[in-house]
Amino acid sequence: MSIRGKAAIVGFYEVPTRKEMPDRTTFGLLAEVARGAILDAGLKKDDIDGLITPEQFNSLTVAEALGLQPRFNVSMTTHGASGATSIATAAEAIAAGVVDYVLCVFGESRPRSSSRLRSVAEARDSLPPRSRTTEWEVPYGPVIAMNGWYGLMKQRHMFEYGTTQEQFAKMVVDQRFNASKNVNAVWYEEPVTMDDVLNSRFTNDPLHLLESVMPCSGAHAVIVTSAERAKALPNPPAYILGVGGPATRHDIIWHDEDMTTTPVVDSAPTALQMAEININEVDLAQFYDCYTILAMACLEDAGIVQKGEIGPFYQDTDTTFNGTFPINTDGGQIGAGQTGGTGGGFRHVVEATRQVMGRGGIRQASKTDICMVNG
Amino acid sequence: MSEETTQYKKPLPRPPEPELTAPFWEAAKRHELILPHCTQCDKFFWYPREACPRCLQSDWSWVAASGKARLHTYTVVRQPANPAFAEDVPYAFAVIQLAEDVRMMSNIVECAIPEDLEVNMPLEVVFDDIDNDWTLVKFRPASEN
Repeated sequence: MSIRGKAAIVGFYEVPTRKEMPDRTTFGLLAEVARGAILDAGLKKDDIDGLITPEQFNSLTVAEALGLQPRFNVSMTTHGASGATSIATAAEAIAAGVVDYVLCVFGESRPRSSSRLRSVAEARDSLPPRSRTTEWEVPYGPVIAMNGWYGLMKQRHMFEYGTTQEQFAKMVVDQRFNASKNVNAVWYEEPVTMDDVLNSRFTNDPLHLLESVMPCSGAHAVIVTSAERAKALPNPPAYILGVGGPATRHDIIWHDEDMTTTPVVDSAPTALQMAEININEVDLAQFYDCYTILAMACLEDAGIVQKGEIGPFYQDTDTTFNGTFPINTDGGQIGAGQTGGTGGGFRHVVEATRQVMGRGGIRQASKTDICMVNG
Repeated sequence: MSEETTQYKKPLPRPPEPELTAPFWEAAKRHELILPHCTQCDKFFWYPREACPRCLQSDWSWVAASGKARLHTYTVVRQPANPAFAEDVPYAFAVIQLAEDVRMMSNIVECAIPEDLEVNMPLEVVFDDIDNDWTLVKFRPASEN
């Protein structure tokens, strides 16, 4: 069954993404963006009968904190892809007629201290549960967070396709320009040059610091409803035309037969087929960008360019909101920050909605009829 | 050397299913590399698990590997997740493509890092006896293989 055009995003809200918000609580942020999105959609709180939350915060717990009584409750489990897949889940439930107004809410006020282990003693005393990782990876000294995996992926992409450091850096420059015009971005009014990126230290070669996201506090929310109900509401609806796809098995990236190819090779054709559009009809893209390499490989796999051609594409294309093919027009996660509570991937949904509704303000791209979002 | 200075401070392997993978670690202590080989598929697989991930049958056996490999990809660690590795930086955290067509994580040793590293370079297995109970399987540059 196709859900083409049966559901639409009708309201959104976000708070500025900042490195720390020591005076804010996670549930306080979620409540603020929930209220903002409900008001933006022209709805009342009691209209909300569906709730989708990140895996970190059980939807029943969030519902209790926000005083909601949803009959449709989901906490996403697809890690970074949770934000984008929450929209697919909401649209599917709405198309099936089991729920009317779904609130998707993501975000977190991150704890002030990082989770990084600071001493040998602390590392020894805080052993993670035994897993294939503790047997086959941990003894060899992995890198912090996902830096290691994406360093491995970037190295391999450079080997297979000749992608250059300058081409990766160009993506960062374009997105930091976009972020510099976004008051909600952590890097508002702080653009960077190619040299800034290339001279930033390697977190782990060949990955530069400025090619990675900054974990941040913040929150974002949208309301999804049926196309029929959307017509009665104040905002121009952002219709969901097609969805699809498996998520990256990133726990074991070294297993994948082809480390530089992502599950987008499956998800993009599925979504395009459901939407009944050709990739050439896509006007702009909001793609998950925890690191340059992931967004670049996914853009290739979506068919925006041929496999291996994303480096030359970035080199030759203005991808800012002023450009010929705008990408991550709010700055993406690299420019605007990776909101905790898997809110990083959700910002792509919010910015896609903003652009399609024509509410991008100074960042409004010229043609935004069809936006492709990847989580 | 006192016992304190020789004590291995980095994380030891912590198998979730110790009995399942004991033959691998026992072989490593003898400086032998063995891999799970599925009788049905006639192919190797990695990591070891109860059922072959291709056919989901459990009749597989441990078979000796050649120890020959290539460097599939690597990253140079400057800031390890675990401070016990601090004195090793920069070191290579690498994906190894074994001649038996499986991939595993390991380190590249006995070479200059990052200068000597190149994707696809030939490698050979080495065994690092980290304490009396454990030997890690690592790799070093090799002549063409």
